[in-house]
Amino acid sequence: MAVADRPLTAQSSPGARLTALLQGIPHAYWAVGAILLLMPLVANSFFLFQVFGWAFILGMIGLSLMFLAGYGGMVSLAQMSIAALAGYLVAILGDSGVEKISLLWPWWLYVPVAIFVAAAFATLVGALAVRTEGIYTIMITLAFAAAFFYFTRQNYSIFNGYSGFANVVPPPLFGVNWRDPVPFYYLTLGCAALSYFAVLYISRSPFGLALQGVRDNPRRMSALGFNVVAHRIAAYTLAAVIAAVAGILLVWQNAQISPGTAGLPAVIDILVIAIVGGLAHPVGPFIGALIYVLLRTFSPNVLGYLALPDDRFKLLIGLGFLVVVYWSPDGVLGLWKRLQERRRKRRDPLVGGSEAS
Amino acid sequence: MSTASSSVISERLSAAGTANALELRGVTKRFGALAALTDVTITVKPGERRAVLGSNGAGKTTLFNCVTGDFLPTSGTIRLFGEDVTNFPPHERIRRGLRRTYQISLLFTGLSVIDNVYLACRGVSRGRFSLLRPRRSDPLMQAAHDLIEAVHLEDSRETLVSELSYGQQRQLEIALALAGAPRFVLFDEPAAGLSPKERRDLVEILTNLPSHIGYIIIEHDMDVALRVAESVSMMHNGRIFKEGLPQEIENDPEVQELYLGGGHG
Repeated sequence: MAVADRPLTAQSSPGARLTALLQGIPHAYWAVGAILLLMPLVANSFFLFQVFGWAFILGMIGLSLMFLAGYGGMVSLAQMSIAALAGYLVAILGDSGVEKISLLWPWWLYVPVAIFVAAAFATLVGALAVRTEGIYTIMITLAFAAAFFYFTRQNYSIFNGYSGFANVVPPPLFGVNWRDPVPFYYLTLGCAALSYFAVLYISRSPFGLALQGVRDNPRRMSALGFNVVAHRIAAYTLAAVIAAVAGILLVWQNAQISPGTAGLPAVIDILVIAIVGGLAHPVGPFIGALIYVLLRTFSPNVLGYLALPDDRFKLLIGLGFLVVVYWSPDGVLGLWKRLQERRRKRRDPLVGGSEAS
Repeated sequence: MSTASSSVISERLSAAGTANALELRGVTKRFGALAALTDVTITVKPGERRAVLGSNGAGKTTLFNCVTGDFLPTSGTIRLFGEDVTNFPPHERIRRGLRRTYQISLLFTGLSVIDNVYLACRGVSRGRFSLLRPRRSDPLMQAAHDLIEAVHLEDSRETLVSELSYGQQRQLEIALALAGAPRFVLFDEPAAGLSPKERRDLVEILTNLPSHIGYIIIEHDMDVALRVAESVSMMHNGRIFKEGLPQEIENDPEVQELYLGGGHG
């Protein structure tokens, strides 16, 4: 777990270095990577687009919350609003069905501008939120989320109020329709993998280590020369970049965006996804998102089978949330870790139990 | 504007040579009705090593907290190498060469020893916001390795701090305070809870510090305190009531009455 890269001999050739790097990758990564890459061979369009595509997007928004909460100790409820802001900007600056508002900018301009503006907005949210702790951070970011929802619903000149924007589609880059299930699957998979590895990499960089230091012991960090407030705000900015990319993918997937995209239920869903998955590792939110999407997609069928009204899927999600919070406060990841520890304990009764959790 | 900045520059320049390392003038700290510090005036020259003695509740740790900026004093001024830092946030004081250790170790228990020391080295240098992982050849990583050796923790380099023994945590606490280019260090009871051998190691670490690094040490163990300090300030009820050489303080009847004889022997 040292900060430095894996020890390598000084004169190793690029080839040997690459081999060492590849050998350092855990087997689980190869397996999951292969399954995800080959998924389009077995899964149908509905699964690729509606289940996996959506899970990757929600997982990325959950990941931006995991970055703040897991590494920074700051629970922000504004991440969905930041994603939605980027989505709105794509509709406003690019093309949509609302001709009187959309500016028809080219994609290579509106995508970076959308990410930049969303990150700037998040920096502002962060600047106000980081001076508070715990429940007050949640309240301030919730206030931002609620304000964003009501503002988009009431403002017609920019956000087109209640109806929002329809017909927002990705640019036909390289002659590919990126809303087709297979291209969209790979697009979202690529973005999700990139943000996952970025967060993993940054967690061991000076900034990531310092962020975890700020989480554990802000007073000591400041006694080591770190500007604690600046580090926390910068974490909001970075997390926003991931949320913004996810927001853009979300508007492309739905081909529309409206105030409900960042309504309070959606805001809370992100929190549920991150917590059910687990905040200890960047993979947690993706597990949480997949569980959420599967429940949301298939629980109406199950409920219908049990002769219950099929709009009760929220009941199932709520019950699932209760079970996780009650039995495993650190999410599915925590459950997995405890199972592994139990197995290890059984194998070696002398050493297994002594490990501090 | 220009006169203001030039006065800052001249203040910095004067800070380089002639000024005192630490200068407190009439520092008072009140918590509501309780006066934790009352009109404390201390001058410590560069490279000077001072012990602050006093019973529990005398205000020693509050004094440290005011110097590092954890608390702002109710009144009075604090100068660090000639520069008025009274209203500076802690990290700005640390970047000017001030360091401290804590009475109860404040470490990052979820990180390894090397990560803790690396963070400390990073805190007082550039690239605090760097998103790039350090390479093995990173000079700061080298500095972190050297510091770990200086406090005899090289065998536990990759160990999680939560798995270190109490004594090792105290040693790490000192390593964090010596990161970068410290000019003045505040040691808050570094020997508390250490074994006799660990105390000898501690005395050795402190006496082997480069002579330009001054410090103030709070220490209940007179044996340690009087061996590593050139001068002593006695505190009682938030006031400094006596300053002098270690021998003078040791033999002072008033001090013996208040402190040495007061059930602490």
